[in-house]
Amino acid sequence: MNGVRVLVGTRKGAFILTSDAKRKRWNVNGPHFAGWEIFHLKGSPADPDRLYASQWSGWFGQVIQRSNDGGKTWEPVGNQFTYDGVPGTHQWYDGTPHPWEFKRVWHLEPSLTDPDTAYAGVEDASIFRSSDGGKTWQEIPELRRHDSAPRWQPGAGGMCLHTILLHPDDPGRIVIAISAAGVFRTDDAGKTWRPMNRGLRSEHIPDPTAEIGHCVHSVTRHPSRPDVLFMQKHWDVMRSDDAGASWREISGNLPTDFGFPISVHAHEPDTVYVVPIKSDSEHYPPDGKLRVYRSRTGGDEWEALTKGLPQRNCYVNVLRDAMAVDSLDACGVYFGTTGGQVYASADAGDSWTPIVRDLPAVLSIEVQTLQ
Amino acid sequence: MIRIHLPAHLRTLARVEGEVSLDVRGQVTQRSVLDALEARYPMLRGTLRDHVTGQRRPFVRFFACEQDLSHESPDAPLPEAVATGSEPFFVIGAIAGGC
Repeated sequence: MNGVRVLVGTRKGAFILTSDAKRKRWNVNGPHFAGWEIFHLKGSPADPDRLYASQWSGWFGQVIQRSNDGGKTWEPVGNQFTYDGVPGTHQWYDGTPHPWEFKRVWHLEPSLTDPDTAYAGVEDASIFRSSDGGKTWQEIPELRRHDSAPRWQPGAGGMCLHTILLHPDDPGRIVIAISAAGVFRTDDAGKTWRPMNRGLRSEHIPDPTAEIGHCVHSVTRHPSRPDVLFMQKHWDVMRSDDAGASWREISGNLPTDFGFPISVHAHEPDTVYVVPIKSDSEHYPPDGKLRVYRSRTGGDEWEALTKGLPQRNCYVNVLRDAMAVDSLDACGVYFGTTGGQVYASADAGDSWTPIVRDLPAVLSIEVQTLQ
Repeated sequence: MIRIHLPAHLRTLARVEGEVSLDVRGQVTQRSVLDALEARYPMLRGTLRDHVTGQRRPFVRFFACEQDLSHESPDAPLPEAVATGSEPFFVIGAIAGGC
C-alpha cells in the first residue's frame, strides 16, 4: 500500500485510519480494545507492520498489545514493568517522600532498526526496554537512580515519562522528558543520565531556573538534524541547538505559549507546529478558535493556520502525544482532540479536514507513511 | 472442575467465551484458582493481581455463592460448592463510576 496509516489512541479504544497518498478518502477501522484507554500506539520504523500499543484500564491495569500485520490482528505480550531493586521514593504533591509505583505506560518508542526492540516510558517515571518484541521488559534503572530523582514531583497528570527520542546516528544517545522533572539525556545507552534543562524558566517552582522540576510537555526533532530539539513546555516554546545542553525561548508572537504537542515538518527541519492552549486551568484554545500555529523559521515567528478548523465555540484540548506528521510530499499534519475529532492537513497545514469527528477523547496520534 | 466467570473485558483479552473451566490441584483457594487461571491464560497476569505483590487489584472483586470473598485470605479454602464445580467463582470488575 502506498499511503498513510494514522494510529489513534483514545480514552475508549484504538482506531486505525488509512488512506492512499492523496489523503482525501479515509477508511476508519476500530475500535480495537474497546473500552480500554489506549495511551499510545506506534509502529516500528524497521517493519511498519509491527505495531505496539499501550492498553490500560483502572480496573485491570496495564496490557501491551503487539501486531505483526499493521493492526489487523493483535496479541497481548508482556505487561510486567517491575522497577529494578528497591525503587526508593520521589516527592509527592505535598512534598513528602512517596514510593515509586508503576501505574501505566504513556509512550512506546520502537527501535529505529530492530522491530523486536522497543522502549516504554512509564508512570511513575522510568524507561523500560524490550528486545524480544514486547514479551519481557527490563528497566534501564540508572535514570530513576539519578541523584535528583528523590526530588522529582508529578505533574497534574502524574509523574510520567512521555517523550523518548532515539538518535538516528548514535544509538547510545537518548533524550527523554518527564512531567514534571524535565529533560534528561544519556550518551551511553542509559548507563548515565544528565539533566538537560539549562535555559528553561518555570515561574511555578521555587527556583525558576532549577536543574530539575520543569513541566516539559513534549519534545521533538527532525531526523536529519537530531541535535536540534523543539519543546512545548507547560509555559514557553523552546529550542535547543546542542541536543538539550541549553535552551532558548522561541514563543515569539504566539497568542499563548502554553500547549501540549509540538511537531516538525517532515521535509523542512525549521518548520514547526504547535497548538496554543489557554491555561493554567482552562486547557482549551484561546477565544474558542482552534488554531495550529506554524513557524517556518525554527521559532519566534508564527502564523495561525485556521482554514478548515472551527473558529468559534471550540473548547477542546490537544494532548501531548496527539499530533504527528507523514512524510509524503506535501507533508501531512494530523492532530486529535479531546472532543474526538482527528484533523488532517495534506498541504503542510494550509488547510484542514476532519477525518473523523466523533471518536472518544483522543490521547495520541502517530502516523506511518507506507510505501 | 472449577468454573470461573470472568468480566467481559478479560474474556476478550483471554479470547474465551462464557465460563472458563479449570482443573485445580490440591486445596481450592483464591490463590490456587488464580494461579491455574493465569497458567492457562498468561495474558491475564497482572490484570487481576499485582505482578510483584500478588495482591488483588483494587477494583477487582471475587464473589462466590452470593458472598464477597474479596477480603478473605488468598489461601483460605473457597466454598465447597466452588470446589466441586456446582457454583462458579466470579471475577468482577467493581462498579466504580468514572467515565
